Amino acid sequence: MPQGGWITRKSPLAPGRYFMQGDEACAEGAIAAGCNYYAGYPITPASEIMHHICKRFLELAEGRVFIQMEDEIGSIASCIGASWAGAKAMTATSGPGISLMLENIGYAIMTEVPVVVVDVQRAGPSTGQATRPAQGDVMQLHWGTHGDGEVIVLAPWSVQEMFDLTIRAFNLAEMFRVPVFLAADEAVGHMRESLEIPAEVRTYERVKPLPGERLPPFGGAEVPPMPAFGEGHRLLVTGSTHDEWGYRRTISSEAQASLVSRFKAKIFNHLDEIVRVEKRFCEGELDVLVVAYGFTARSALAAVREARNRGIKAGLLRLQTLWPFPERELAEAVKYARAVLVPEMNQGQMLREVQRIFPQAVGYNKTNGEVITPPEISGAIEQIR
Amino acid sequence: MSLTKKTGRRGSTHSIRAYIRTETFPTAFCPGCGHGILMGALLRAIDELELDFEKMLFVSGIGCSGWISSPYFAADTLHTPHGRPIAYATGAKLANPSLKVVVIGGDGDLASIGGNHLIHAARRNIEMTVICANNMIYGMTGGQVTPTTPTGAFTMTTPQGNPDRPFDLCKLVAGAGATYVARYSVYHIRPLIRALKKALTHPGFAFVEVLSSCPTQYGRRNRLGGPSQMLLYWKEKCLPLEKARRMSPEELEGKILIGEFVAPD
Ligand code: SF4
Repeated sequence: MPQGGWITRKSPLAPGRYFMQGDEACAEGAIAAGCNYYAGYPITPASEIMHHICKRFLELAEGRVFIQMEDEIGSIASCIGASWAGAKAMTATSGPGISLMLENIGYAIMTEVPVVVVDVQRAGPSTGQATRPAQGDVMQLHWGTHGDGEVIVLAPWSVQEMFDLTIRAFNLAEMFRVPVFLAADEAVGHMRESLEIPAEVRTYERVKPLPGERLPPFGGAEVPPMPAFGEGHRLLVTGSTHDEWGYRRTISSEAQASLVSRFKAKIFNHLDEIVRVEKRFCEGELDVLVVAYGFTARSALAAVREARNRGIKAGLLRLQTLWPFPERELAEAVKYARAVLVPEMNQGQMLREVQRIFPQAVGYNKTNGEVITPPEISGAIEQIR
Repeated sequence: MSLTKKTGRRGSTHSIRAYIRTETFPTAFCPGCGHGILMGALLRAIDELELDFEKMLFVSGIGCSGWISSPYFAADTLHTPHGRPIAYATGAKLANPSLKVVVIGGDGDLASIGGNHLIHAARRNIEMTVICANNMIYGMTGGQVTPTTPTGAFTMTTPQGNPDRPFDLCKLVAGAGATYVARYSVYHIRPLIRALKKALTHPGFAFVEVLSSCPTQYGRRNRLGGPSQMLLYWKEKCLPLEKARRMSPEELEGKILIGEFVAPD
C-alpha cells in the first residue's frame, strides 16, 4: 500500500488575528501548507509574495529553498523539477508571467506534477497596467497551454482566502497530481485586512510507493502514486505521450487516448472534493442571482444586500472554484432565479460558462483597470430585475 | 537487469551495458551519429568513477540530443520541453542536493532556445554537469541552422551559406562564470572521457561541449562524407589548446580549439 494522505501540521506562524496584505497571506498559506521550494521572477503585483517567502524561508531555516530565476519560464520549470525531486513547489506571477509559463504548465499536466501557480491578475493585454486589477486571465489559466488538459483554478476574494485557498491549492495539487492556479487579482493581492491564522492546518501529503514497492508512476490508478528522483525508481519522465511506466508511445492511439481521458477523469470524478461555491441569500425565488468571483464578489455581495434592503429578492453565488466550472452548483442555484447577472473585470469570460446553464444570463463588464463598485452592480441589478 | 551484476573491466563495453535499459535498444540515432559515441563515453566515465547510478538524474530537452539519456539510461531521467532542461535540473538539484544531476542537450536546445538558462546556471555556479552535444545543426527537425553552425555552412535555412557567426559556447559559458569548461569531439574519445570524469566530480557548474557528428543533416549538406570521414573531419579541424598557444592567428584560422578552458588548479 502506498503511503501519503491527510495530516495535521502545526502553523509555523503563531495562531491569532493578524492584519496582513493579500500577497503576504498567500505566502503564509504556502508556508503553512509545507511549501519548501519557491522559484519566482519579479513582477507587479505579485512580487510581495516572493519577498515575503524569501524573508520567511530564511527565518524558518528548515530546508526550504528560495530562488529568483532568470525568467518566469525558468521559475515554473525549476518548480516542476523540484516537485519531481519531492518538494512542494510554488511560483507566483501575473498575466505576463503566466503567458511565459504556459508551455511548462502543459508539461506539468502531462507528467502529472503537483505545483501551485499564483496569478495576481492585472489589466492587459500585454504589459497593460501593472498596478491595476483585472480578471482577464481566467480563460487563459484553463486553456492557455496547448493540447487538451485539465487544471484546477481557485479564486480568492479576501486576505483570509489568500491564505486558506493557497493551502487548499497545495492539497488539491498533491491529491490529484495536477497544477493548481490561484486566480487572484491586484485588488485582493494588495488589499490589507484582518486574517485568522489557525493553530493547525490540514494538509494532504503526496502519495508515494513504499520503499522497495514498484508501482507504475503514470497509470494503474486514477491518480498513481508519485515517487521522487533519487529513491531508486529509475523514473522515466517525459512530456511525450507515454505508457504507465513512462516509456514513450508517440504513435499509439490507445496510449494518447487513455492519458488524456484519465487527466479529465481524475478531476471530473472528484468534483465533490474540488468544487466549492458560496451561496448568500439564495433561498427561495430570486429576482436576480448574481454570479461572481474574486474581488468582484465583494462588491456583488454589498450590492445584493443593498438590493434586498430595497425589497428586491437578490442572491449571490460566489465561485470559489473557477475550474472545473461549478456547473452542478450553478444549475441548482438558477432553478428559482428569474434573471442572472455576471459582473466581471473582463469582457465576459465566465459569462459564457454561465450562459451554458442559463442562456439569458447577462454580464456587467468593466475593463478600465478599476474594480467594479457596489453601486455599479446595484444599477445592473435594477436594470435586469 | 541489475546494476549490481556487473561484469567486465570498468569502462568496458561489457561493463556499461548495466546502465542501459536494453529493452529500449536499438537507439533512435541514425547510423554513424556521434551521439551514440558520446553516450558510450559518458557511461564509461560514470562506470570508471563508480558513481551510484540510482542517485543520478539525467535531464534532457528536445532534439536528437534529448535521446542520449532518455529513455536509454536506467537511472532517473527527465525529458523536458525544448530548451528547458537546465531550469528543470536547477529545481531538482536545489530540492535534493544529494542528486548527481547531469544535463544533456544539443546546440539548439542549450544555446538557442535555452541560452538564457545556460548562462544563468553558469553564473550561479550551481553544481551540475552540463553536456552540450554540439552537432551544429537541428538534426531532428530536418537540418536547420543553429547558433553554432559555422559561417558559410549549408543548412535548410541557409541555402546560400550561413551568413552569421557561430557562438563559441566555451567562451560564452566561461564568461558567464562556469568553473569547469572543456571541449572535445567524439573523435577525441580518451580526453573526452577524462573531461567528463572531471566534470562529473566538479563541485560547481561544469560544462563540456562535445562536437558530435550528424552525417544525416550536417555532413551530407556540407559534403563532409560519411560517419568515418566526419570523425576524421573532427581530427583535422580540432586543435589542442596547448598547441594553439604556439601558433599565429593565420595558422589558427578555421580551427576549433579543444581542451580545458576553465579548470580548478
Ligand atoms: S539527425 Fe543527425 S544528430 Fe540526429 S540522430 Fe541522425 S545523425 Fe544523429
